Amino acid sequence: MNMEEKKILSRRAFIKALGLGGAAVAAPAIVGCATGEKHESAEEPPVGKMTYRVNPNTGDRVSLLGYGMMRLPTVDSQASAREDGDAEIDQEMVNRQVDYAIEHGVNYFDTSPAYCKGRSEHCTGIALSRHKREEYFIATKLSNFNPETWSRAASIHMFENSLKELQVTYIDYLLLHAIGGGADGMEEFNNRYINNGILQYLIDQHSKGIIRNLGFSYHGDIAVFDHALAMHDRGEVHWDFVQIELNYLDWKHAKEINDRNTDAEYLYAELVKRDIPAVIMEPLLGGRLAKLPDPLAQRLLKRDPEHSVASWAFRYAGTYPKVLTVLSGMTFMEHLKDNLLTYSPLVPLTDDEMLFLEGVASDLVSYNTVPCNDCKYCMPCPYGIDIPAIFVHYNKCLSENNAPHDRMDPEYASRRRAFLVGYDRAVEKMRQADHCIGCGQCERHCPQRIKIPSELHKISDFVEQLRREKPGHAAAHGHHAALKH
Amino acid sequence: MLRKIRITLATVMMFLITWLLLDFTGMTHRWLGWVAKIQFLPAVLALNLVVVAALVLLTLVFGRIYCSVICPLGIFQDLVSSLNRKKNRFRGSPELRWLRYGVLVLFVAALLAGIGSVVALLAPYSAYGRMVNNLLQPFYIWANNGLAAIAEHYDSYAFYSREVWLKSLPTFIVAVTTFVVLVVLAWRGGRTYCNTICPVGTVLGFLARFSWFKVYIDTEKCRNCSLCSKNCKASCIDFKNHRVDHSRCVTCGNCLEKCEFGALHYGHPKKQASTQPVDEPKPDAARRAFLVGGAIVAADAALAQAGKKVDGGLAAIEEKKVPHRTTPITPPGSLSARHMAQHCTGCQLCVAQCPNDVLRPSSDLKTLMQPIMSYERGYCRPECHRCSQVCPTGAISPIGHAVKASTQIGHAVWVKENCVVITDGVSCGNCARHCPSGAIMMVPVDPDDDTSPMVPAVDRSRCIGCGACEFLCPARPFSAIYVEGHEQHQTI
Repeated sequence: MNMEEKKILSRRAFIKALGLGGAAVAAPAIVGCATGEKHESAEEPPVGKMTYRVNPNTGDRVSLLGYGMMRLPTVDSQASAREDGDAEIDQEMVNRQVDYAIEHGVNYFDTSPAYCKGRSEHCTGIALSRHKREEYFIATKLSNFNPETWSRAASIHMFENSLKELQVTYIDYLLLHAIGGGADGMEEFNNRYINNGILQYLIDQHSKGIIRNLGFSYHGDIAVFDHALAMHDRGEVHWDFVQIELNYLDWKHAKEINDRNTDAEYLYAELVKRDIPAVIMEPLLGGRLAKLPDPLAQRLLKRDPEHSVASWAFRYAGTYPKVLTVLSGMTFMEHLKDNLLTYSPLVPLTDDEMLFLEGVASDLVSYNTVPCNDCKYCMPCPYGIDIPAIFVHYNKCLSENNAPHDRMDPEYASRRRAFLVGYDRAVEKMRQADHCIGCGQCERHCPQRIKIPSELHKISDFVEQLRREKPGHAAAHGHHAALKH
Repeated sequence: MLRKIRITLATVMMFLITWLLLDFTGMTHRWLGWVAKIQFLPAVLALNLVVVAALVLLTLVFGRIYCSVICPLGIFQDLVSSLNRKKNRFRGSPELRWLRYGVLVLFVAALLAGIGSVVALLAPYSAYGRMVNNLLQPFYIWANNGLAAIAEHYDSYAFYSREVWLKSLPTFIVAVTTFVVLVVLAWRGGRTYCNTICPVGTVLGFLARFSWFKVYIDTEKCRNCSLCSKNCKASCIDFKNHRVDHSRCVTCGNCLEKCEFGALHYGHPKKQASTQPVDEPKPDAARRAFLVGGAIVAADAALAQAGKKVDGGLAAIEEKKVPHRTTPITPPGSLSARHMAQHCTGCQLCVAQCPNDVLRPSSDLKTLMQPIMSYERGYCRPECHRCSQVCPTGAISPIGHAVKASTQIGHAVWVKENCVVITDGVSCGNCARHCPSGAIMMVPVDPDDDTSPMVPAVDRSRCIGCGACEFLCPARPFSAIYVEGHEQHQTI
């Protein structure tokens, strides 16, 4: 059992890195655990040890681990519902994992009308309604992806539908979904939430007690974040909580990932100033911090051989005291168990460990991976490019330290082959980066604000350079164009 | 003994040449390219005098041994013939001289006139290449793709998959027809094709009449049992008159083993003995079945190449169609359309080898089965010159990368109506971005307005016609920029 779980854990790390949320079926281990047998095992999270944080507005005792219902398991277990939008969600597995989470102290569940092609709320409702209402807090959102839902009527319908799907009479945490996005973040914010009076509607629901906490999640344009907090300062609205992206890479290096991003350090400080609790999303940066480049992973494991690479990222996010809960989209039982272990109870990072992670982060930035976490919001590309698949392949080779960039490397030839063959396997020929025409239609959909066309063109140049070399004739004089951008 | 040596050599040769024709990775031609280059007709067309002289000499010394151990089509027919277990099924027959020489004359005429389709149809090595390429290579690739799937499962990069597609229907039909006709002829009459139609057989047959070593019958020992005649797949033994038609004898050695009286010999005939017949033989268990095994091995294996593509959020991609090109494009190294037409025998080796799916057999009647280029599935990439390396006939002469990069085989033409800049109102420039010779410039569509959308303009003096722009153009099904071939290639 022990051995098996370890295997699964490492597989899990791999899977997360791919952003697949899991290509493998870990059925035997899951079945074994679900029967409730107790094992003398370091992998088995203890009951009753969860760390809680108190929400100053309502006094809610919120578990530090929050369950993100975005990547629900599917029946065939080949991928989460995120990856395969049409696959049937495995409700039985959802129920089992929710039960297990609640049993181990998790009480915050985060969903949205947009997740899993709109099925997440429904499934979450089924799973949670089997428990007492006071045992869990539910967070959902007024989503904004489809402009057709931006009218007042459609927005109110969306909110009421959330109550219905979730089988509840009140929402504990309601968020304006991903403000700051779009081509013009400010304009979109106003059109979506202000001009149609929907924010006022939500404030009214809040005073009626149908919404217990009102907040927003933020990606993108910093002006919108500042604007929303200024509204708070002026008393136009009271934000009970704010959901931000925070992890040890985004803390100081968000700009190095993309110059339009904002460091989490700033976002968090702004919230602390106002005593607004922070809900943390992307603690693993879309899985990238669970699967680090080999040398970095080795550094973490050497320092703490008994805990997963991912656990460092969770401890990091949890160490900040104003963090209310840290969300994790846990597709498989082993994701859940690993995170439960990390937070039952949380062992905060020491100053020394914080410094250590900061060192890891600055090294990680130098790997030049594309900060894509495979969310697929950019898709479909009208010209057929498989954008995330290209980035995932490229990042994978870079972070496994397998990219062919040094022609003096004795393994250069085999790395080159692996990169090119792997590229053709990962991405159909007609969907590869060289077909990107740079129309830029994808760019405004990217929550990480990646300059998608220019990244694709860089990768295309890199691939072109590799293809032009004659295998086995690796000359010593190389221009490592794309890799050292 | 002669027969055993012959079968051994033939097996090896057949295996090598079939492998060469099946391979798509480019690994084999470096080591095996010679097996195509020693073929008689390709060597003649390539003016490969050393090989031609060697083959002529070989034939003048040993007879038509070429037809038994070097020509893959000959070996293929022996293989088919040996599968027919009916004993003593042949009989001697007179030479159809008018047909043989008639076809030869026609062939030479077609060759001189540059009617490639006739040449390609009759050339034996090419007929074999065509059959392998059209009928066997798909199975080879499918088998490879099965291995690639397995390799992928184990994170190995040893195999990569290739697409199987019908490159030209007419050529496929010709290949099937050739296959059926040859199988029927060989099954019934052994070397019928070689001794009535094959122009190479006719030429070598003529030389073989004067060969130093030949099969002859010792009249003193011969009992006129007819076994030799009945087992001669070339039907060239007239046992009654003790005569062997050396122009049709392919020196297979079957008759030597059949003769129970030791009346048949292979060697230089003694002064008087010359040609007389003989005797009886024993049945011979054709062991060559294993050859078939070798050829068919690749066939079974993987059929499981199901398209398991999770197309969740992917836009459908319309397949590109071949544009109408006023002049077909021939590969760099082929010098001109005329040179290609006069030298290519349509063996499909270049088509089989092209890693970018650019080459395919022509469907034009005059150049039927000769390679032409098109860019729906890929383009003629700068690092590749494989077709020029493998071509045994010199139709595509060997060129290096530098020469290729400066050889203009055509030029790109912009089709305004198709361009996405115009039709979709987006900015693009993918053609210019990927042009390896920097021949495409982006210019404002309205020359008087610098802020108008940018569209490609082709500098014909720098364009080499590689097709990168055409392949990577987002317009579908017809690209907004396509390549017109040049009849005469130029150096830029």
